[in-house]
Amino acid sequence: MSEQAAPRRRNRGRYEGDVPREHYLNVAYGLKSWLLTVDHKRIAILYLLSITGFFAIGGLFAAIIRMELMTPTGDLMSSEVYNRVFTLHGVVMVFFFLIPSIPAVFGNFFLPMMIGAKDLAFPRINLASWYIYTIGGIFTLAAIIAGGVDTGWTFYTPYSSTYSNSAVALTAIGVFINGFSSIFTGLNFIVSIHKMRAPGLTWMRLPLFVWAHYAASIIMILGTPVVAIAIFLIAVERLLGVGIFDPALGGDPILYQHLFWFYSHPAVYIMILPSMGVMSEVIACFSRKRIFGYAFIAASSLAIAVVGFLVWGHHMFVSGQSAYVSMVFSVLSMLVAVPSAVKVFNWLATLWRGSISFETPMLYAFGFLGLFTVGGLTGLYLGTLATDVHLHDSYFIVAHFHYIMVGGAVMGYLAAVHFWWPKMTGRMYSEFWGRLSAGLLFIGFNLTFFPQFLLGYMGMPRRYHFYPDEWQVLNVLSTAGASILGIAYLIPIIYLVYSLRYGPIAGPNPWHATGLEWTTASPPPQHNFETTPTVTEEPYDYSKAIENVAITPGAGPESPPSPAAPRS
Amino acid sequence: MNGSQLPPLLPPSASTVSGELDLLFAYITAISVFFAVGIAVALAVLAVLYRRKPGDGPPPQIHGSTALELVWTVIPLLIVMSFFVWGTDLFFRMRTPPIEPLEIFVVGKQWMWKIQHQEGPREINELHIPVGQPIKLTMTSEDVIHSFSVPAFRVKQDVLPGRYTTMWFEATKTGTFHLFCTEYCGTEHAGMGGSIIVMEPNEYQVWLGGGGAGESLTDAGERLFGQLGCATCHGDQAGARGPSLTGVYNSEVSLAGGGSVTADESYLRESILEPATNIVAGYDAIMPTYRGQISEEGVLQLVAYIRSLGDPAAAGATGAAAAGEAGQ
Amino acid sequence: MSQRHGPVTAAVITGSMPEMDNDHGPLQHHFDDMAQQNESAALGMWLFLLTEVMFFGGVLTAYAVCRYLFHDAFAEGASHLDVQMGTINTIILIFSSLTMALAVRAAQMSKTKLLVGLLIATMVFGGAFLVIKGIEYEHKWVEHHVPGKYFQYDGPMANQVHLFFSFYFTMTGIHALHMILGIGWMIWLTIRSWRGDFSAAYFSPIEMTGLYWHFVDIVWIFLFPLLYLFGAGAGAGH
Repeated sequence: MSEQAAPRRRNRGRYEGDVPREHYLNVAYGLKSWLLTVDHKRIAILYLLSITGFFAIGGLFAAIIRMELMTPTGDLMSSEVYNRVFTLHGVVMVFFFLIPSIPAVFGNFFLPMMIGAKDLAFPRINLASWYIYTIGGIFTLAAIIAGGVDTGWTFYTPYSSTYSNSAVALTAIGVFINGFSSIFTGLNFIVSIHKMRAPGLTWMRLPLFVWAHYAASIIMILGTPVVAIAIFLIAVERLLGVGIFDPALGGDPILYQHLFWFYSHPAVYIMILPSMGVMSEVIACFSRKRIFGYAFIAASSLAIAVVGFLVWGHHMFVSGQSAYVSMVFSVLSMLVAVPSAVKVFNWLATLWRGSISFETPMLYAFGFLGLFTVGGLTGLYLGTLATDVHLHDSYFIVAHFHYIMVGGAVMGYLAAVHFWWPKMTGRMYSEFWGRLSAGLLFIGFNLTFFPQFLLGYMGMPRRYHFYPDEWQVLNVLSTAGASILGIAYLIPIIYLVYSLRYGPIAGPNPWHATGLEWTTASPPPQHNFETTPTVTEEPYDYSKAIENVAITPGAGPESPPSPAAPRS
Repeated sequence: MNGSQLPPLLPPSASTVSGELDLLFAYITAISVFFAVGIAVALAVLAVLYRRKPGDGPPPQIHGSTALELVWTVIPLLIVMSFFVWGTDLFFRMRTPPIEPLEIFVVGKQWMWKIQHQEGPREINELHIPVGQPIKLTMTSEDVIHSFSVPAFRVKQDVLPGRYTTMWFEATKTGTFHLFCTEYCGTEHAGMGGSIIVMEPNEYQVWLGGGGAGESLTDAGERLFGQLGCATCHGDQAGARGPSLTGVYNSEVSLAGGGSVTADESYLRESILEPATNIVAGYDAIMPTYRGQISEEGVLQLVAYIRSLGDPAAAGATGAAAAGEAGQ
Repeated sequence: MSQRHGPVTAAVITGSMPEMDNDHGPLQHHFDDMAQQNESAALGMWLFLLTEVMFFGGVLTAYAVCRYLFHDAFAEGASHLDVQMGTINTIILIFSSLTMALAVRAAQMSKTKLLVGLLIATMVFGGAFLVIKGIEYEHKWVEHHVPGKYFQYDGPMANQVHLFFSFYFTMTGIHALHMILGIGWMIWLTIRSWRGDFSAAYFSPIEMTGLYWHFVDIVWIFLFPLLYLFGAGAGAGH
């Protein structure tokens, strides 16, 4: 036993084997082999590249926002430009980065592998979803070139439908088209989870990552069509002059808000649920322990997905909606907080008596736990009716949803990148730079967004191009934090790209993790497994994993991993 | 709890609800800090205690504990329900104006606030009010959605085109406070703000006398009523083509299509701009629409005039309370 | 179905190039057997129809709210619709559903010629529906009832009547778009049927298209009374 100790050392000791001779990346070369691929892993790589591109664009807009807000006078650019910048930041980040991020990249890549399938149920629809995403993205980029859009990412009517003089229709069509890529992804996941599981892989043996994606997929297929129709109607109003949301033409602007938030609130859970799935994988692996309360974490994902559909009205407490309706939405919003809390406590309990190591993915997971907790707790101020009246549409909201979306979803995304990078590429990245950027990200993030809670409570409204002088100090702090945050985003791009060529060879299972995806080579072969795996045990059985996997570098794949058939 | 916050980081607290709202905020903050710090400390302690050491074997594999799950489901549930109960109670009080508030009318448009006092003075982007007197704002927008927000009073209400929304507050301190538009409304959204100037009641009276154009809101409405020839049909004589407007405000009106409606500000506004939508029983739909002919401010003046016909003292008090209760 | 299992598994192992996917037998490389593939297709289709329900549900909810708010104006607007043409279209669509259902049956029984004939019949009915819809649109255009700049309506509540026609064109337009997509897809299926791709052993594309087509019909069964018949009853009182 003692010889097998210190598994944390092993991944820095080089894996002596070589990358497999043939894998999904080198079965075929050339642009055509990528653009016409139906391999879920290659589609995931296509998504990874395009999502990273959109993240860069959205990040650039964020940088411009923070630069402008360094001074209270709004002197860097005109209000027209500023409004377009924050709108595009929101549109690009929400619709083209956050919603597809983990599902389209890591869900696509690993969900079929985790259920022991050769591919998703509908590979061609999967490829179609990437093309739809790309076409939607092109429309949005065209809108940027055509002068941008200035409605805010929420497209509130009647401003968006009648008054705005910007490329609203083009953007709306882009978002509408993009919605179908979510629908296709979600549909593919649900069917695959139902119909494609390997022999022996019962529902209660599914990794929690799969459960989380199942819950997120429910939202994708039920919610996305509703926002699609709402945004489609905006485009129709602008292009054809119908008046469903314009009071001047007899319509009702509040109706739009209902349709929009019916999806867009659950959409937050599309962003956060997959991230929670990543947390369960990472925390179990790096504390080398069975996940605590497996069934409760799985059930809480479904609870979030279901109750999440019943809380949209909490975005409208000051919109003039009936106070009694607000009361119902308030109590339901409180209920949705509970399953999130349950998850956090279960992850903490997983650490208890574990054997914890601090590789980069785990550092991101720790960051997630801290930031998501703050984000979730500050959500309670906004579900509470009286405090929401004061905080609504202030920087408090901005800080709150960035704690959820960046602190939760992006942290989860980066944890996933670092956890599965060796599997996707077959190479290890630099652990030093990984940890450094995780630390920087945590510091930079808090410095950027914590001051915004204070600004919000003092009353600074969101989407303001200039603001009263007394709020400058906190805004400067926030901008300083954003510059650190920017660096922390750039470093991984450098060392990850560097690792593709110069990184040490990872071997099939560098973290000695459980899960079917780790039983195959890195990078995986084209059809994922040499033979269809059979599952005989519950997930996250780290007692077996540590005994059966030889720790000596290079000896990994020879010893028989327990859950699946051995590979050569 | 409140002491842990640095004083300069709090907005001025200048209304009857701001103190309690701050207290509620502090209550949620105290519990949030407890959990956030608790989780962070637990994380740190667990990470140190159970860090992997050379020679460690595999840790015990623990499946979970239903008792624990129950504990950390029920306790957070009880806590958030306490937020809900307090928050909802305060919210309803924040929405229900006291009897006989001072009524002021607000029209939002890109990108300014136009304010009309009953006594006549009009202002733009400034609102002068007396301290210690409940103020009720009746608001509408000429174009897009705006939101009337006064952080020092901890109040906020969206201002919608095509309908009236109301809000109320009572200042407890004199001084000048920020007024913001908090619903994004286009290019100069950030500039659509101004000040709330809270004055001693006697100073306010002086300001009213000196600042305005002299003509009260009701008088302006009466003038407009005459100009538009409304009295031709809505005279009080028997057999008039339109219903009499005397005493109509806040009364129950039977509709031609069946049912009835309370003739509040919203109904009066609708009857001027979309007369055919809800016809009073016994009359024909012959009134033309005045949409596009009267500004929102003009409509407010007409509504104020119609309110002044009849018995506003008795009807106004209960009606206003009811309107606030129902959430408009 | 199980007898196909053996050779197919072999095909999975040998067929490794993604380009080869286009020319496989009916069983795709990543499924174990036809049962799994068919069940997946069926579940996928039902889920897709669920998203369609949500899609139409959004606009139907919006319509319901506005109809409640502006009851009289909507009744007035509905009375301008041509109930006769709507009824004829409803009957045509029900017949197209029948031919579609029979087409699935024909595929199930491996009757290729009958299958092709019934698919063509379905498309003809669908086309007839669209032609009649087009004639109705044309009438509305002549009467200046198309929402937008050229909308003209002299009676009271012109704005709300405008709103009614906004809904009318949006909802029937989306529905017609679904029909056009369905017919386009059926042209491809007819070609494949002619080639003899479908038989009792493999007809799931026909079956799935049938589900889709019935769904589009059902949407119309909702739209017709909501839009057309609403006016016939309530409009009489005017």
